[in-house]
Amino acid sequence: MRVFNSFTLSLTLLASSTMALADGGGQRLALLPKMATECSACHIAFRPNFLPTSAWKQVMGSLDKHYGTDASLSPADQQEITEWIVANSQELGEAPPDNRITKAFWFTRKHGTNHVKADVWRRSSVKSPTNCQACHVDAANGDFNEHNIRIPR
Amino acid sequence: MISTFRPTHLLACLALSTPMLASANPILDGYKAEIKGSFTAAAGEKLYKTVGPNQLSCASCHTDSPKNAGKHAKTNKAIDPLAPSANPKRFTDAAQVEKWFKRNCNDALGRACTTQEKGDFMTYVLSVK
Repeated sequence: MRVFNSFTLSLTLLASSTMALADGGGQRLALLPKMATECSACHIAFRPNFLPTSAWKQVMGSLDKHYGTDASLSPADQQEITEWIVANSQELGEAPPDNRITKAFWFTRKHGTNHVKADVWRRSSVKSPTNCQACHVDAANGDFNEHNIRIPR
Repeated sequence: MISTFRPTHLLACLALSTPMLASANPILDGYKAEIKGSFTAAAGEKLYKTVGPNQLSCASCHTDSPKNAGKHAKTNKAIDPLAPSANPKRFTDAAQVEKWFKRNCNDALGRACTTQEKGDFMTYVLSVK
């Protein structure tokens, strides 16, 4: 009985550590308030770990041509936000094509047709893969746990 | 005669006599001082509806009326109404106003807006009740 109990306990521990990994692991980083405000004027403020640092530098250095839109900031705001992202991101992995988060290997692997049906993207409630919070309901607070996904109609 | 006098009449007179003051906006006044001319709501409305080289107009995101809540044409992000009559926070922060004129004139018209255009635009949006 004692053996069985410790086995159950280790299974539980294993399961919870896997969940922590799926959640991005550890504590959620609170975004720089200025970054949250400025980015989320048009879209959810993406997490620093969504792109390697070098890709972020390119994104932040070309805000006047931001994926087809002029998203320019005052030089002071641009510098402050860039410095914060550089300090809170890592040079991990390859930059995705055009520095698009939605083209990163981990994104396409997690959002392929085996996970998300093709018609979901066309729904007016979703519309774009950059619209994280359409399904990841608490994405604005950095919650991308797959147990907290609600795919809208 | 005295019996017909009501305080509400006095208030109505005040309201009628002060519309110029009530609609005064320091940012708009700044533009006016810059061009030393005048602005019209009609020109602003025309600009609001102008579709530019990127097939976008102001109305693409802010809807046909600046009083309505809008939606970002690309990202679907909800946009609060632009008209101060529906959203008093609008046109109260000069840096904010300049930031968005720069961005949105580039996106919708493919170029920067002139001070004349900014003033006409604001005159229109501020006039929408």
